[in-house]
Amino acid sequence: MVVEANLELRTQVLRAVREFVQRDVLPIADRYDNDDIFPHELVVTMKEMGLFGCIVPEEHGGLGLDFTTYAMIIEEICKGWMSVSGILNSHLIMAYTVAMTGTEEQKRHWLPLMASGEKRGGLCLTEPNAGSDVQAIEMTAVREGEEYVINGTKMFVSNGEHGNTFLLLAKTDRDARPPYKGISAFIAEKGPGLEVSRHLDKLGYRGLDTSELVFQDFRVPAENLVGGEEGQGFYAVMSALELGRINVAARSVGVATAAFEAAVKYAQQRKTFGKPIAQHQAIQIMLADMATKVAAARLLTYDAAAKKDRGERCDLEAGMAKLYASEICQQVAMDAMRIHGGYGYIKEFPLERYYRDAPLMIIGEGTNEIQKLVIARNLLKRYAI
Amino acid sequence: MTLDQQAREEARSQIVSAVRDFVQRDVIPTAVRCENDDIYPGELVEQMKDMGLFGITIPEEYGGLGLDFTTFAIIFEELSKGWMSISGPIGTHHIMAEVVAKYGTDEQKQHWLPRMATGDRRGGLALTEPDAGSDVQAMETTAVKDGEEYVLNGSKMFITNAENGNTFLILAKTDRNAEPRHKGITAFLAEKGPGFKVGRHLDKLGYRGLDTCEITFQDFRVPADSIIGGEEGKGFIQIMDGLESGRINVAARAVGVATAALEASLKYAQQRKTFGKPIAQHQAIQLMLADMATKVQASRLLVHDAAAKKDRGERCDLEAGMAKLFASEACGQVTLDAMRIHGGYGYIKEYPLERYYRDAPLMIIGEGTNEIQKLVIARNLLKRYAI
Repeated sequence: MVVEANLELRTQVLRAVREFVQRDVLPIADRYDNDDIFPHELVVTMKEMGLFGCIVPEEHGGLGLDFTTYAMIIEEICKGWMSVSGILNSHLIMAYTVAMTGTEEQKRHWLPLMASGEKRGGLCLTEPNAGSDVQAIEMTAVREGEEYVINGTKMFVSNGEHGNTFLLLAKTDRDARPPYKGISAFIAEKGPGLEVSRHLDKLGYRGLDTSELVFQDFRVPAENLVGGEEGQGFYAVMSALELGRINVAARSVGVATAAFEAAVKYAQQRKTFGKPIAQHQAIQIMLADMATKVAAARLLTYDAAAKKDRGERCDLEAGMAKLYASEICQQVAMDAMRIHGGYGYIKEFPLERYYRDAPLMIIGEGTNEIQKLVIARNLLKRYAI
Repeated sequence: MTLDQQAREEARSQIVSAVRDFVQRDVIPTAVRCENDDIYPGELVEQMKDMGLFGITIPEEYGGLGLDFTTFAIIFEELSKGWMSISGPIGTHHIMAEVVAKYGTDEQKQHWLPRMATGDRRGGLALTEPDAGSDVQAMETTAVKDGEEYVLNGSKMFITNAENGNTFLILAKTDRNAEPRHKGITAFLAEKGPGFKVGRHLDKLGYRGLDTCEITFQDFRVPADSIIGGEEGKGFIQIMDGLESGRINVAARAVGVATAALEASLKYAQQRKTFGKPIAQHQAIQLMLADMATKVQASRLLVHDAAAKKDRGERCDLEAGMAKLFASEACGQVTLDAMRIHGGYGYIKEYPLERYYRDAPLMIIGEGTNEIQKLVIARNLLKRYAI
């Protein structure tokens, strides 16, 4: 019965998301992308739809959806415009981290606020000199009475300008060995000492604010230390990044699907040598490869999400999904551009946007080189001799 | 080495080193300034005229530099290492000049080639149409004879240099019922004039700064003596031949862009540190760098091989097709890999990596898509290995 109820809810939510994409997202995507405009009006609608709390438990004001449904939501959004999924991704990683590792008070206070979108933002993790190598972060948090004083710089922060609340990783002990034991996570609302120092002008993923944030004697209450204990931040966030990888894999599936669907339509309209190009073997072979890759990517993504839904760790599966889906997304976007010929290269068609968006999924949320190392590490553990 | 060879080598190394200086001094700073906002680099074009780059392969007797296609390819590679768009003003321009040199009447050569060599008359090809790209013979532009003139009607798409150029080699149908269709296609060399309308300026993913437009002909009149070679129905063959050097040019651009991406990566990988050492010391990055460099080197050799064959006066459809196919695909891969190595910094506009990534598909799609290249290659192979 529980399963049936969930399926019904899934169907309902997905239908609403599809309508939202058709009605509100697609009409503005190309212009907002080109001019790098943040879609405030979409945020309002997404709040009303409950999307800021889609995986937050119902007892804390969320929709309490499973991760598979979440992946499907992200896929649908990205079929319209990938940037919109960025408003949710790191926000939900933040909420998930609070839900999994926060104290009871933290959950009761923050989760309803995050679920409604009243408090929204993302992660402050990456630094100018620490990306893949998270433990190399230099931001410090020094306790002073009932507060921590934060100093340092964060880079590539999604929602950095328009968000108001962030999950921040900082070193409470710079001498800890191994270094990750010195890393703590804080919930930080914007305030004095936090400056958005740069809006980053990106190849794709435009409209979504990606920023550099500078913290100078920025103070957070000690009660915002996630879980109430220092040195737990690295593991808290690392396990939540599974969710980020599922999200990014689902984005790739969405963008690749949009590119494939555009190509399969165009191939039936465009004629060369007396027939629609869809009738040429060269194009048919390409379409078949594209669709097969998209289907495989979707299954890898759902497989990882289903494992997480069963309460298991899914580093391996989420890593594989993120790796494969992002790689094929770039290939499919490129192939869709080939099928469109010169028209794929100009801004009157969305193909060039898909091509610009695709590398974000390859590089973001842990580069694919890092994914491969994570996958290999898990494989070697599983097949240890 | 013969004296002749020695002289050629010397001429090559002189012009290549001048181009390199030009790229470092003028092209790269201009790219940073103009590319994003799609601003035409007019001052670079003037400098290129002064350097003789509008007449690289035009014979010296007509005022050109009279250089070989190998040097031509190296020049395009060097320019594209700085900014691929800057090879656009002289790309199709050279195809146009080559068609005149090869198929034009003596008067046409004497009239046009010296003007093209200085860049005084410059432009490109008007070939592709909204509904005819790879399938050139499907074009619908018509040219109807009216006394001592032809009247052109139709539209052309993706025309490089359409705004800033003044002279174009236009393909149009003088006989719509010809069988096979290509026998009805004629090439005209014409300057802009009344009825030649430059339409939409196309807003492109990459190859920005360089004007690519739609052109419409509305009762555009050209003198009857502007038919290349003076004879109707030869246009298709004339242009197809010229497209060999177009493919060499595009392949050389791909080598240039890929080289720039590779060189940026080799530097960055030695600066950026993770896990206590420069990322260049991680095997994952080393494997990538090795693959990238191997692809670039193979691309360059394929380009030079095709150019050398053309320099020997032989047809090089197969070799030019292979070079264009391999080099453009390698460029797509290498520019993406360079972005991987730069991580998030590769994705933002403060570094040139994202520009290389946006420029790369132009070489994959332009000058005959790679699917068409493969069919051309296969056709040539089947001819060669016919049983």
